[in-house]
Amino acid sequence: MKFTKTKLVLETALLGICSAVLYFLLFYFEDTVLGWSKGFKKEGWFFIAPIVIALVFSVVHGAFTGHFWELLGIRAKARNK
Amino acid sequence: MEFIDLSLTSVLFLFFVGFIGGLVSGFIGSGGAFVLTPAMMSMGLPAIVAVASNMCHKFPKALVGAVKRASFGQVDVKLGIVMGIPAEIGVTVGISVQTAIKGAYGDAGSNLYVSLVFVIVLAIVGGYVLRDAWKSNKSGNEDEEQVNKVARWLRSVHIPATMVYFRSINARVSILFILPLGFATGLLAAAIAVGGFIGVPAMIYVLGVPSLMASATELVIAFIMGMGGSIEFAWSGFVDVRLAMVILAGSLFGIQLGAMGTTYVEPNMIKLVMGVIMILVLLSRAIVIPVYLSTLGYIEKLTEGTISVLRVASFSTLALALVVGGGIILFSLWRGVRAEIERREEIEKALVVE
Repeated sequence: MKFTKTKLVLETALLGICSAVLYFLLFYFEDTVLGWSKGFKKEGWFFIAPIVIALVFSVVHGAFTGHFWELLGIRAKARNK
Repeated sequence: MEFIDLSLTSVLFLFFVGFIGGLVSGFIGSGGAFVLTPAMMSMGLPAIVAVASNMCHKFPKALVGAVKRASFGQVDVKLGIVMGIPAEIGVTVGISVQTAIKGAYGDAGSNLYVSLVFVIVLAIVGGYVLRDAWKSNKSGNEDEEQVNKVARWLRSVHIPATMVYFRSINARVSILFILPLGFATGLLAAAIAVGGFIGVPAMIYVLGVPSLMASATELVIAFIMGMGGSIEFAWSGFVDVRLAMVILAGSLFGIQLGAMGTTYVEPNMIKLVMGVIMILVLLSRAIVIPVYLSTLGYIEKLTEGTISVLRVASFSTLALALVVGGGIILFSLWRGVRAEIERREEIEKALVVE
């Protein structure tokens, strides 16, 4: 039991750090990213950047938020009981 | 397209609205967009950037929600894809209808169109959903959802080469019946940003999908529509990814909670929350209709004071819709989690005594 709890804390912390780093990078390179987002005619295939960013953030930040609530003891109701 | 500077207040505001929006979407399959778009426009964003950035947070949110609810066995991926593809076409058609109306009647005309669609659709569908939730609540038959006549008839029709088996209804239905439902969902999504107000009731009442699975499957449709729409908007350079990611930051916290909330409630609760939100949104749109009518010259000119009072009242009702929905979900979750924790403690105590 204790081992799982420690593992959960570590995983949550790691995912939280990754998520924070992603947000930091997004705002640090804000101008570059917004430059890419100006549409196909101006920046060619870089217009797809927002979509890729959204997918990456959803995986990392999504996993973090899931772990976050679990750590606080909020879980889905167990099925088949 | 120029992008705006973000202040700390607007970041915090978007995070918070994102959280509540996520909470509601995780639970009923969609929601949040109807408050976020006008809120972002009031921050000085052009309407199209507000819609585009909002959509760019919607599809990753729907993805996370769909994965979470799939882990509870609530998602019918096949149905989601079969409805999602025509929905995407519906969005494209809906956008061109919007553009045509805007070209012919200007902003007020397009606003009037959106508000009328809102009021008519929500009055019929929202009223029906609420009445159904009320009736099942009264009959005390909350656990069992009955398949109605329409759904039974649809299953009895066999059109060769179009029959597809869907796990959520454990039956085969002709794809020809499902395509128009998906298309209507997309059309509505383009008009009012919440396709789920058609998609979820259509799955429940026309196809006979249980409400828990319908609201979960809507997340797959929202993902497909949102991703397609975001690519279209990004192609033209309308997506402000910073805004989208700030909303996403909040909404991913919310969607996890909303999704978990569905495991604690009676299926009827989904209908209740959805119906209440739909009726409040309807009210909010009905309040501003006189403003557009007066701008278009159909009724006497309203004074500036009256217009601003109506606008504030309308936006407050929208926000109220989201807060009430979020409140019911949080309350149900809190009650459910507490009961679950007590149950586990009792089991542990019993084990210790043994």
